[in-house]
Amino acid sequence: MNKISNNHELQPTRYVPVIGLEVHVELKTESKMFCSCSTQYFGKAPNSHVCPVCLGLPGALPVPNRIAIESCIKIALALNCKINEFSKFDRKNYFYPDLSKGYQISQYDLPFGYGGFIELKNKKRIGITRVHMEEDTGKLSHLELRDGKASLIDFNRSGVPLVEIVTEPDFEDALEVKEYLQKLQQIVRYLDVSNADMEKGEMRLEPNISLRESSAKGLPKYKVEVKNINSFKFVEKAIEYEVKRHQTILDEGGTPAQETRGWDENKQRTFSQRIKEDAHDYRYFPEPDIPPIITLADQLSTLNSSMPELPDAKLERFQKEFDLPYYDSEILTRDKAIADFFEEAVTVGKDHSISPKQISNIVINKKTDISSTLPAELIKNILDEKKILALDEGELESAIAQVLIENIKAVEDYQNGKEGVIMFLLGQTIKKLGKKVDTELVREQLKKELKG
Amino acid sequence: MSLHTLSLTEALKKLEQKEISSVELTEAYLERIKELEPRLNAFVTVTPEEALRNAADADRKRAEGISLPLLGIPLSIKDNFSTSGIRTTASSKVLDDYIPPFDATVVRRLKEAGMVLLGKTNMDAWAHGSSTETSDYGASKNPWNTAHLPGGSSGGAAASVAADQTVAAIGSETAGSIRQPASWCGVVGLKPTYGRVSRYGVVAMGSSLDSPGPITKRVEDSALLLQVLAGQDPMDATSSPTEVPNYLKNLKKDIQGLKIGISDDYFEGVHEEVKASVEEAIKTLEKLGATIKKIKLFHPKYAIAVYTILQRAEVSSNLARLDGIRYGNDRSYFGEEAKRRIMLGTYTLSAGYYDQYYNKALKVRTVIIEDFKKAFQDVDVIVGPTAPTTALPIGASEGQSMFGELADVLVEPSSIAGLSGINIPVGFSKAGLPIGMQIIGPQFAEELILKVAYNYEQENPLYLKKPKIGSSA
Repeated sequence: MNKISNNHELQPTRYVPVIGLEVHVELKTESKMFCSCSTQYFGKAPNSHVCPVCLGLPGALPVPNRIAIESCIKIALALNCKINEFSKFDRKNYFYPDLSKGYQISQYDLPFGYGGFIELKNKKRIGITRVHMEEDTGKLSHLELRDGKASLIDFNRSGVPLVEIVTEPDFEDALEVKEYLQKLQQIVRYLDVSNADMEKGEMRLEPNISLRESSAKGLPKYKVEVKNINSFKFVEKAIEYEVKRHQTILDEGGTPAQETRGWDENKQRTFSQRIKEDAHDYRYFPEPDIPPIITLADQLSTLNSSMPELPDAKLERFQKEFDLPYYDSEILTRDKAIADFFEEAVTVGKDHSISPKQISNIVINKKTDISSTLPAELIKNILDEKKILALDEGELESAIAQVLIENIKAVEDYQNGKEGVIMFLLGQTIKKLGKKVDTELVREQLKKELKG
Repeated sequence: MSLHTLSLTEALKKLEQKEISSVELTEAYLERIKELEPRLNAFVTVTPEEALRNAADADRKRAEGISLPLLGIPLSIKDNFSTSGIRTTASSKVLDDYIPPFDATVVRRLKEAGMVLLGKTNMDAWAHGSSTETSDYGASKNPWNTAHLPGGSSGGAAASVAADQTVAAIGSETAGSIRQPASWCGVVGLKPTYGRVSRYGVVAMGSSLDSPGPITKRVEDSALLLQVLAGQDPMDATSSPTEVPNYLKNLKKDIQGLKIGISDDYFEGVHEEVKASVEEAIKTLEKLGATIKKIKLFHPKYAIAVYTILQRAEVSSNLARLDGIRYGNDRSYFGEEAKRRIMLGTYTLSAGYYDQYYNKALKVRTVIIEDFKKAFQDVDVIVGPTAPTTALPIGASEGQSMFGELADVLVEPSSIAGLSGINIPVGFSKAGLPIGMQIIGPQFAEELILKVAYNYEQENPLYLKKPKIGSSA
């Protein structure tokens, strides 16, 4: 008995998870991908941000959004991708009520970016297969009405620009996936091309998961896709759940079904949504309404030079330039706004001989609210505190001496063991000094005098 | 004087000189439409109220001293152009009660130029055909003989011009849909270069081919209309930034030294009477100072194969939006021809067939484009018959799934190459049906082909001959 159970315990090592990711990032352009409707649809009245183009009315034509294309190429560049100088849009044909034209304008064989990678902390590289541009669909809501069920379509989201980032099946556990996602989110935020807010659906994750025997080569012959995950925590849980589920099925000699599953946060498990028998035939063909997109070398170099410093580079620079530990640099560079705030404070602080490490300590420990504080204000606060420390010793001594003389009764009480009375004397001293002082310093001095 | 026989140029002149008002002109055409529609069925929707309102507005503007290129000119527009507030069916019951909330760019430009909209003309449903027999609103009739077809898909448009139901018409051509009905109805039909005129708001057929253009009584009218229609449109990414010339500037200059190319393959299988008329017309052009040169082009049959595949594939995708959820009638309202095209297009785009069909067709298309380019190094324009026959009798397209391709065999190569082309009437058959000749130019050579057409028209003013429209057979 014991032996069998042991065997079972050991079995996880028999399999290696093979995980790939598809991530959709919604760009924060002002207008939609192919029309001039506003992208600020969140929380707006249904079908109030629509026009003939995003409604797919007969005859309406798509005109691509240049800013969106540039944003997509920037993401590709940030992910170390090669750029297709000759790129194009394609039609992905399928029926769904939320798809206004009966096809989605996407990219098939010539995506803007391909062949890149993201490096994890442990130096492992996750391969980026492709970075391509497409349009979002409308949104369906299913209602139970008095006279039956109804499905309503809101096309406000139809045509909002999406960038899809597809990885190689390079992940081996949920933690790698989580780190990759945090990094990807950080990069698109650094590029200022997306808010990548998971709750608003601005970043959508679809891991595909399978297990292979650790001794086997190549990819397993099945793949399970998990959809509708709206937090990094859930993606971690869903992957862990799936890995265990597959393991159990494989141990019992079966093969997990090729399917799409969803994550149920309440029940803490995945559930089957759709069995995929064959790959869907989307009948891709080049979008005849949009001429090919040619990115010339000089346009590319302009884009390249407009790229901000990316998180990895900034992290390294902070350590070197400001002589900060990795810990500090990592926290400071998580959010570009904080990093910028820090750097500006360092510049101001330099004139007052305040070190980057001092500033870093305050920003990290006191969790400075960068939205309400200016870097210069932060430095002023540090200086003010320093001023207090520089309180003249003679001034303090004479103030204390005077207070002690004026309050003999209190001094006696203190010396008779009523130590609480020190608070009264402290107050009197501070009042006498007539300015903001370091209370602790005064208290210590007062104690000394009282004892003396 | 009957107002409805006026050409666009003549009508404009009379309006400008205040000899007539736009309301008078419009009323004359509305009357004519009312009188002939039972016999011709050229319109899906007539818009008398809109027309009279437009006309009164135009007259007021003119009284105020405002001058616009088409101020007060009544026009008919093919029913695949979106017209804000006016139903647009593309002659399919699927869109029976679809009222677009926006104007096609062509319509917007015409409105801004001061046109009066008489109505929306009948066509093959979704522009699928060369006869108007696939229209869900019944076939239109040829004004020269109402037992015959007007051609298509802009059949209603061509018939409305030939029958003087309008000053001029706006049609659209994917491959032949302007030139072929113009030929069968004995009027001028200009298919501009792909990208010259915006497609925005035109119910899409073959997106990489669709070219809106004018159908008119006289060549000068086409030049005038093209002036209003042509130009880049920020709403159509495939519209061309190529500068728009003044199409009237050189229109009346001679064609001394013009090099005309003729390919024997374009006369092969062409009806004797058509052949004879076109050959006669070529002699006229020679007489006007042109030189004729025999050229060798790819046989038109290759173009048919390429066209059929590309167009069906695009159709299958373009019609997918009519999914039965939003436009009133569901997919069961699609006619036989639309269903056939959707199925064929879906098949050729399917996994495993894409390379064999669509991709291969794209490659052959490039070869055909190059073939024309090469030809245009030696000649300025290419001329030939527009259609192999004169107008066929009603019912001819029934059961002929490739009817359109056979009727359009001579126009498809230039369409898939995105070239400019124009049909002009060059004669009549013994049965009294019109014969047309096409003049094909390189891309953006509208100015040149209009000039050639104008020169011919001056020599042989067939527009003077009007059909006697009898009761339908």
